[in-house]
Amino acid sequence: MSTTAKVGVLALQGDFREHCAALRRLGASASEVRTQAQLDGADALIIPGGESTSMAKLMDAYGLRAPLQAFARGGKPVWGTCAGLILMASRLEEDRPQPLGLMNLAVRRNGFGRQADSFEAGLSVCGVPGGPVRAVFIRAPLITETGPGVETLASLESGEPVAARQGTLLASAFHPELTGDSRMHRLFLDMIPSGGAS
Amino acid sequence: MSVNGTYDGRERGTFPVKAGLAQMLKGGVIMDVVTPDQAKIAEDAGACSVMALERVPADIRADGGVARMSDPAMVEAIMRAVTIPVMAKVRIGHFVEARILEAIGVDYIDESEVLTPADEEHHVWKHDFAVPFVCGCRDLGEALRRVGEGAAMIRTKGEAGTGDVVEAVRHMRTVMKQIRRAQGMGEDELTAYAKEIGASLESLRETRSLGRLPVVNFAAGGVATPADAALMMHLGADGVFVGSGVFKSGDPSDRAKAIVKAVTHYEDAHAVAEASKGLGAPMVGISARSLAPEQELASRGW
Repeated sequence: MSTTAKVGVLALQGDFREHCAALRRLGASASEVRTQAQLDGADALIIPGGESTSMAKLMDAYGLRAPLQAFARGGKPVWGTCAGLILMASRLEEDRPQPLGLMNLAVRRNGFGRQADSFEAGLSVCGVPGGPVRAVFIRAPLITETGPGVETLASLESGEPVAARQGTLLASAFHPELTGDSRMHRLFLDMIPSGGAS
Repeated sequence: MSVNGTYDGRERGTFPVKAGLAQMLKGGVIMDVVTPDQAKIAEDAGACSVMALERVPADIRADGGVARMSDPAMVEAIMRAVTIPVMAKVRIGHFVEARILEAIGVDYIDESEVLTPADEEHHVWKHDFAVPFVCGCRDLGEALRRVGEGAAMIRTKGEAGTGDVVEAVRHMRTVMKQIRRAQGMGEDELTAYAKEIGASLESLRETRSLGRLPVVNFAAGGVATPADAALMMHLGADGVFVGSGVFKSGDPSDRAKAIVKAVTHYEDAHAVAEASKGLGAPMVGISARSLAPEQELASRGW
C-alpha cells in the first residue's frame, strides 16, 4: 500500500471539492490546483465537471494552458470528467472554447441536449469491478470520434461512447464524483505509477 | 417527457440530475442579462450561467409596477446566443409561468422575490417539474422549506437591485450561523429548533450531519464589486449571482471578468486586488437601509 501519490484537482470552477472528497475517501492525497506551482507539485490531475467555457477562460487568464499540456505529455495521468473531457479533446465541433488537445477525441459540447435531456443511467465500465456504476450525465458532451490509441471503456445502451482511455489519460462524459461510488476514482488511482492509495 | 420518465435506460429529471447542474456551477458567477449581446459578453467574461430577464432588478425597482416572467421569445433568443446554461425567473407561486419556461427548455428556473409574487401563501411544488429550480432564502428555515418543495439549488436573497451587499451578508451569515448551531444540538433540541425555524426535522437532521445545506448555496442580491463577490465566498457561498452590478456599471465586460476572477481566487488577496484595479464606475446603488419596508424585495416569500 502506498499513499504517497499526490493527486491535484483543477480548482478554477466546478465541482472540484467532490473529486477531492472522493479521493480522500480512498485514502489518497488530494489538493486543489489553481496555479502552476500547485500543478508542479502533483503526480496526477483531475479536471472536474463545471462549465468548460469558464474553465478555459480562467485557464488562459492564469497561464495554465501550456503547463497543463506539458504535465499530460510528460506522462503524468490526467482524468477529465464532463467539462474536463471537453478540455482534454483534440477537436471540438464548435469554435469555442479551445481544448487542450490531449486525447484523440472529437467532442460535441452539450451533445445530449440541454438540462431537460440530462439523465442518469446504469453503466458497465471496463476495468471497474462490482457491477454497473450509476452514471449521472449533466448537459453532457458527446464523443463523436475516437482516434488512434483511444480505448472505449463504456458505452450507453444506444451506443455512444462515454468513457475512454488513451495511455495515461482517462475521460468520462459523466460525473462519478457526484454519486458517492468511488470505483472510477480507484481506476484512476491505479493508473498512477507510484500507486494512489491502498 | 414526464418526470422520472424512462426510455433508453435514461432517467431524466431526477433529483441528482437537477441538483447536479448546480454542482457544476460552483465556484462560478451567474450574471443577469437582458439581451443576447449582454449574454455573449457574460459568457466571454467567464460566467458559468446567465439569468435571462427583461429588466435587471435595479430597473424593476426604479420602474415600479408588476414585474412578471420575461417574454419567452426573448429568453429563447438568449438561449440561442450562448452555450452556457440559461436561467429565467418566475413569480413566486406561479406554476404556469414555470411550465412555460420548462416547455421552452430553460436550464434552471429562479422562483424569485425580484418579481411580484403571484401567490402570497404557496410556493411552486417543484418536485413535479423535470427542470431544476433555484430559490431565495434569508435563513436556514426558509432554505429548508424551499428544498422540501423541491428546490435543487438555494441562493441567499440579499436585497436585489441595490448594489448594497449588506443584506446578502446578513442572510449568508444567518444561514451559516444556524447550521453551526444545529451541529451542536442533540435530538431533543433539534426537534424544538426545527419547529422554531419552520423546517422539517428530517431536512434539519441532514443539514446537521452534512454541516451545510443539502444543495448548492449561492449568494445574491447587492453584489457589485470583485471584493463583494470574494466576501460572499469567504462567508461560505458556493458561487455568486450578480444582477444589476455588471451591466449597470461603467465597463460591464471588464467588471464581469474581474468578478469571475475574484470568485475563483477569493482566498488570494493579491489576485482580488489585481481584479479590483481600474474598473471604472460601479453601479451607483442605493443603501438597503434607506428602503421603506414595502420596497424590500427580500421579505417576499414565506
